[in-house]
Amino acid sequence: MKISSGTIRLLIPAASLALLLAAVFYMQPRAMSYNGLNLLFNLAVPIALATIAQMLIMSVNDLDLSMGTFVSFCACVAATMLQTSPMLGILIFVGAIAAYAAIGVVIHVRELPSIVVTLGMSFVWGGLAVLLLPSPGGTAPAWARWVMTAKPPLVPMAIVASIVIAGVTHFIVMRSSFGVLMRGVGGNNRSVQRAGWSVIGVRAGTYALAGFFAILSGIALVGLTTSADANIALRYTLLSIAGVILGGGQFVGGKVSPIGAVIGALTLTLAGSFLSFMRISPDWQIGAQGAILIVVLALRLALNRLEKREKSL
Amino acid sequence: MTEVLKRDEVVAARGVRVTFGAVKALDGADLVIHSGECVGLVGHNGAGKSTIVNVINGGLTPHEGTITYGGQDERGISAARANGVRCVFQELSLCPNLTVTENARIMHPDLKGWNWRSGALALVEAHLQEIFPGHSIDGDSTVDDLSIAERQMVEIAISFAGTDKKPKLVILDEPTSSLDAGLAAQLMAYIRKFVSEGGSVLLISHILGEILSTSDRIVVMKDGRVTADRAAGEFSTRSLVEAMGNVVREQEWARAAATKTGEPVLSMPPRRGHGLAFEAYRGEMIGLAGLGGHGQTEALLDLYLDRNSNWWPTRRREIAFVAGDRSLNGTFPLWSILKNLSVASLGQLSTNRMVDRMREETLGESWKKRIEIRTPDMDNRILSLSGGNQQKVLFARALATTADIVLMDDPMRGVDIGTKQEVYDILRSEAANGRTFIWYSTEMDEIRLCDRVYVFREGAIMEELIGEDITEKNILAASFSEGAAA
Repeated sequence: MKISSGTIRLLIPAASLALLLAAVFYMQPRAMSYNGLNLLFNLAVPIALATIAQMLIMSVNDLDLSMGTFVSFCACVAATMLQTSPMLGILIFVGAIAAYAAIGVVIHVRELPSIVVTLGMSFVWGGLAVLLLPSPGGTAPAWARWVMTAKPPLVPMAIVASIVIAGVTHFIVMRSSFGVLMRGVGGNNRSVQRAGWSVIGVRAGTYALAGFFAILSGIALVGLTTSADANIALRYTLLSIAGVILGGGQFVGGKVSPIGAVIGALTLTLAGSFLSFMRISPDWQIGAQGAILIVVLALRLALNRLEKREKSL
Repeated sequence: MTEVLKRDEVVAARGVRVTFGAVKALDGADLVIHSGECVGLVGHNGAGKSTIVNVINGGLTPHEGTITYGGQDERGISAARANGVRCVFQELSLCPNLTVTENARIMHPDLKGWNWRSGALALVEAHLQEIFPGHSIDGDSTVDDLSIAERQMVEIAISFAGTDKKPKLVILDEPTSSLDAGLAAQLMAYIRKFVSEGGSVLLISHILGEILSTSDRIVVMKDGRVTADRAAGEFSTRSLVEAMGNVVREQEWARAAATKTGEPVLSMPPRRGHGLAFEAYRGEMIGLAGLGGHGQTEALLDLYLDRNSNWWPTRRREIAFVAGDRSLNGTFPLWSILKNLSVASLGQLSTNRMVDRMREETLGESWKKRIEIRTPDMDNRILSLSGGNQQKVLFARALATTADIVLMDDPMRGVDIGTKQEVYDILRSEAANGRTFIWYSTEMDEIRLCDRVYVFREGAIMEELIGEDITEKNILAASFSEGAAA
């Protein structure tokens, strides 16, 4: 059977994750345990959820630069309102999802560049987060804490959660009708429109779904850290974009892969641990992390080129 | 004819007028399509073929005239779709990132339920098998992984497919442009079958053999009007070409004597391994003709990149380029007129790598006078000018450089006739001074200004016309191939 280009695109992120994991195990064999794996991948769960949210936005050819501040805002809500008066907390989250849908509609109707709108929104979310929690604090809701620290038999929670996230989003994005329309808008907006679909509706739905996953990311983060801070997830904006790209997604053209995005988020988290295990000084870690990214992306580009050459033959 | 008229109207567009700025795309065109007939639609560039297709499929609302589906006056894309109008566009309109079945899902909103994937797969495979027996397309492969011919086959199959509602009218805009002769013949056979079962087809093609053999009726368009509408049997290849052309107009330009002297300043081997080679001599005006999108722009870009590196700016540029799509790759919309004009010649305007403002302004003033840019102040924003004047600035940008060769990519799109005449005069005088112009144009009048014309078809140069041979009839005959697809 011929291997489809989608499978090839998934192959490299999976291989790089496996390689990185093997290197970590080689350097620190004690990591090869239930607890070790849980510690390695614990922080990957909220990143994976944020990456999924970013991937949804990228599947309609947009980019969300407010992801980090929005996840921070959600974490603050989860650590305060959701804790003290759950109904109000849920109401705020519903409002946030509606706001995301509205952003999608505005971007579509006014034909605005998404990066400008979301960059503006990032200050709104950041401001709201500071209003809620001027200084670090708050408490995680007991159930969120319970979910994130649960110890299922055999496989650690971080791995179970990653697999569940990948499975559910794969179903939504790759299998459902809505997912097809969403990726269709990214691939060829006009043909979706010509077929009589409401592109505004698809965009609004996509943004709302992205908002939902970003909220889950915020709750998961609070469940891990037990308290929140207005700046807790600022780096998620770039991490989520890098995760999507690392996982085989593309900035334009509706080419995304939920499984790849989760793998990309895992790889990014693991890269940090890997560099610590290598005893690279924290001063150099960010640069080294960037180097890992460049190597993986270069590999992908080379493979794309090979694929194209084969097709033209 | 009387028998045809008794049949039901599927779509009727009457007295349709559409204007884009100064350009009349449709000027009172009538097109009625009945059930159970295949209508062939032919015409040269800008005749209004694509515009009338967009009116029929609901994508464009006419400024005047009526459009009725099955006798009812309705508007919009969804109305057209509800009345069974489907369209296969010239530029492929599948989503390249989705699989074949997923594309079918997008085109057919009535594929619902849990198991839509298998429904869509069955639908596509059944129609692919029916139209192109023996094909080898896997319904689960991504469109990106298919060849261009396979993509076109998929798009055609999806358009002819129908679950609850069968399509009543399928519009095929150049459906065989990337199919080989065998596949094209299969498609034509299927069209006949579809028509005999009561469906209708509107077929647009540059291959006259296809049109003549497949259509029941042929509609010829010219300048936004329908100039002939007769049964296909009454046409031959020759009479069809004549109907597309304009016989009355005669040569108004005295051409320079044959200037094919000395070494060619620019040359290119035959494209795609067949056809004629390209050569340009000093002081010539060379036209690139043929139907739009048959490789003329690509040829210009190749010529340009041949001399100017993609990577390093060269000190002395030999070739200047006048872009056709002003807003896409022509003007810098936020800059002033003067800056837009001088940007290509900053090298010669600067001393010590700093732009000499005085010299820049002198250059601006001299060109403002020479080509009459209608503005009180060259420091005004470029967008304050009308489209025609913006285009003049782009011409001046190219002519102000020291380049000996100027490539032009259909630069007169949407420019009014007065401005055109002024620019033609400038081009003539510049050519007399020894500049070489290579001019891709979709307008017959402009092509006839040239000293020599290369006619493109399917990416290659098919015909070279010199001097008095440059007539509309000869160009049309060369742009439309007689037989089946090559």
